[in-house]
Amino acid sequence: MPKEVRREEVRRLIENGVQLVEVLPSPEYEEDHLPGAIHLPLRQLEKQALQVLDPSRPVVVYCWDTA
Amino acid sequence: MSPRAAWRLESLGFGDVSDYVDGKVDWMAAGLPTEGTNSEQPRAGDVARKDVPTAGLSERLGDVRERVRAQGWDAVVVVNEERVVLGLLRAKELEKDADLRIEEAMRPGPSTYRPYVPAHELLHAMAEHQMESSPITTSDGRLVGLAVRKDLE
Repeated sequence: MPKEVRREEVRRLIENGVQLVEVLPSPEYEEDHLPGAIHLPLRQLEKQALQVLDPSRPVVVYCWDTA
Repeated sequence: MSPRAAWRLESLGFGDVSDYVDGKVDWMAAGLPTEGTNSEQPRAGDVARKDVPTAGLSERLGDVRERVRAQGWDAVVVVNEERVVLGLLRAKELEKDADLRIEEAMRPGPSTYRPYVPAHELLHAMAEHQMESSPITTSDGRLVGLAVRKDLE
């Protein structure tokens, strides 16, 4: 079951080299994304996740807000 | 969207997946840095005056007025001990009876903006609502600074 994490935990995970993934569409990622975030839109997840991410390492996903 | 992505990654064999549930809006509202085309544009958090004077609810208006005018200001943000914004005094409120307490003289619950709002959008909103200044706050209500309209024009 995916864990829910808050900002301070995300900052700690980023410092530890987590794979940080924004799942929003292109324009929103291009305008603003968290430092170092990989872009993997939700609709491309199935095709590309195993190509761009390492399943053996921790991943944090995010979108715009809680929606 | 991110909960669905997190669950789908797990089903694809990812063993350690977390969902930053509050997302990008929370990150930006905290004034943390981002990358991307917008990161080059000035935002509310960049243009806000960080040296705006503050006052507590129980202070006497006359004392606060004297202090802030000596610093060259005609606005004061009212905050608690956690720097959470509770009110605002602009020039009009500062003119009230010197013996009033700040909580009696202030404009309570002022409109605030988040640090990530682009400066040009902030100016548009302030002009539309005829605001000469507006506090910039984090998502948990803490003061970042005061945006002054004439600085943006």
